[in-house]
Amino acid sequence: MKLEDALVYSSRALTGARGRTWLMLLAMAIGVGSVVLLTALGEGARRFINDEFSSLGTHLLIVIPGKVETTGTTPPLIGGTPRDLTLGDALALSRSSTIRLHAPIIVGSAPASFQQLERDVTIMGSTADLLPVRNLELSSGRFLPPGDPTRGSPVAVIGKKLKKELFGNKRALGEWIRIHDRRFRVIGILKPIGESLGMDMGELAIIPVASAQNLFNSESLFRILIQASSREAIPRTKKAILSILRERHDGEEDVTVITQDALLSTFDGIFKSLTYTVAGIAAISLGVAGILIMNVMLVAVSQRTAEIGLLKALGSRQRDIMQLFLVEAGLLSIAGAALGVIISFSGIWLLDQAFRDFPLTIPLWALGAAIGVSLLTGLLFGVLPARRAAKLDPVTALAGR
Amino acid sequence: MIQLQGVNREFPVGDETVHALRGIDLDIEAGEYLSIMGPSGSGKSTLLNMLGLLDRPDSGSYHLEGVDTTSLNEENQARVRRDRVGFVFQSFHLVPRLTAAANVELPLVLAGIEPAQRKARVHETLEALGLENRSDHRPDQLSGGQRQRVAIARATIMRPAILLADEPTGNLDKRSGEEVIQTLETLNRQGILLIIVTHDPEIGGRAKRMLHMVDGAIVDDRANTEKAGADET
Ligand SMILES: Nc1ncnc2c1ncn2[C@@H]1O[C@H](COP(=O)(O)OP(=O)(O)O)[C@@H](O)[C@H]1O
Ligand SMILES: [Mg+2]
Repeated sequence: MKLEDALVYSSRALTGARGRTWLMLLAMAIGVGSVVLLTALGEGARRFINDEFSSLGTHLLIVIPGKVETTGTTPPLIGGTPRDLTLGDALALSRSSTIRLHAPIIVGSAPASFQQLERDVTIMGSTADLLPVRNLELSSGRFLPPGDPTRGSPVAVIGKKLKKELFGNKRALGEWIRIHDRRFRVIGILKPIGESLGMDMGELAIIPVASAQNLFNSESLFRILIQASSREAIPRTKKAILSILRERHDGEEDVTVITQDALLSTFDGIFKSLTYTVAGIAAISLGVAGILIMNVMLVAVSQRTAEIGLLKALGSRQRDIMQLFLVEAGLLSIAGAALGVIISFSGIWLLDQAFRDFPLTIPLWALGAAIGVSLLTGLLFGVLPARRAAKLDPVTALAGR
Repeated sequence: MIQLQGVNREFPVGDETVHALRGIDLDIEAGEYLSIMGPSGSGKSTLLNMLGLLDRPDSGSYHLEGVDTTSLNEENQARVRRDRVGFVFQSFHLVPRLTAAANVELPLVLAGIEPAQRKARVHETLEALGLENRSDHRPDQLSGGQRQRVAIARATIMRPAILLADEPTGNLDKRSGEEVIQTLETLNRQGILLIIVTHDPEIGGRAKRMLHMVDGAIVDDRANTEKAGADET
């Protein structure tokens, strides 16, 4: 018997028994659909985090005051509280050739007002380099002017949302706002980039770092953002930062340097294993579908006993009968998988409508694996019924017993 | 063509064994027309299944066209059934979801014959049995007599040497039964070896050679002198 004839024969048998065919298709479709859908969700979460970190800036390193123990192998610090990070530290870093840009950051909260309107806002003190380091963009005006970071000036760049809240639709550029007890001139407005790592850039006011030190009456930096000269230079940059700061802090390593890559790969790893886990759990439903296919195929064999007897009387060999039933199981699996893919694509589409910010794509490997596994499942669980059919005694089968 | 020697077949039924066939010796020549009669349970169907290689003897030998069939493996037995034997059953055994043409085509499909060739042969065979305008009907759209003739078309499309019919008129009224028997006899006149198992003495009496079975044994085997020369004249 030719394979194409077997395909025709089996598909007729399947369309002839609508009820059981739909049942099996549905089981397979649910299995494949859930594998693909859940993997897409896991993969989406991974990409979301990935994008989030990438938008922070390129070749980014972050210096945080204090030693964060991540391994637990280093001995506890001697000498108590760590030293503060200072503007001097930040400026010293420009000695290293692998550091392209650096932006010291001070963060604090203060009331900002324009005429009668007042709001509590997050104030960030930094330098002109923050713009490229942090991948920020302006919608109008200019950013902080370059120049000596130790000298303050009464200028501010504000977020879009803050601009709306203080000025409404009026022009903000050139106006003076009051932050705490000082006056700052608005020189630029940030382009909205939405929330980034929990900090709403739209509600921010950025002022020169020295002005912020004055405003908060504090020398210590919140952190220093650093852009390495290239991706390859990141490890070297990290070493350079640590050695420069150790030198300045009397030989004590009391800062932590986080690289974007390290953060990224940690989260990447977490979300990858999450994706595999949910995919694995969903694969159980594929197994369930396989068992259902086996049972329904067994019922089909017993319902079609007489037909099998006839096929034998007409000269079918055992392997012909095997082939017919395996083709039937295979067809079911493929059709079920196709249906599952349709289900998962429409599911993804719906989710995409609901959560526009979340990047949802079906990974190609998941699609391939789901279809492959469903075919394998169908054939594997189809073997037992097919063997039973092939081994039937023709005389008893013809008698329908 | 067919030689059975000392063929026995037993079935275990509960604690006992039923002797469906006891020491059957039988010689049949190509192109003969036989009827097998006898009471229910006398082993007629078992003998017919044996001849068609659907069943194997427990002891004894069966030579078909000089080949010892008991020495053939499953694949080769299937091939003999496919190429040399046609079956016609009391309950037709048409595949309900397939049209008459597709049912008739089935043996060709199973034999892996090219589609272009199949269509022509199906048409030819249906035409020979006067079923050409029924080819697109499904079995439930056909009368009993038509169904059995579709089954005969299917049994003969591979041009077998032997046609085995087990109570072919058992589910038919007298008129369609008569038609079916005539169809079978026509095929026999064209050279096929025809064996009909029947209850009906009137039908059995039309064969040129009549076997009578009782309790798994052939008790009578004689040429039908009334009919023997009838067709030749
Ligand atoms: N598969 C089987 N299992 C058990 N007994 C069987 C089987 N096939 C036939 N028999 C028994 O063998 C005997 C002959 O059966 P069968 O050849 O069908 O008789 P007939 O066709 O003459 O009515 C009967 O007693 C029947 O019950
Ligand atoms: Mg019988």
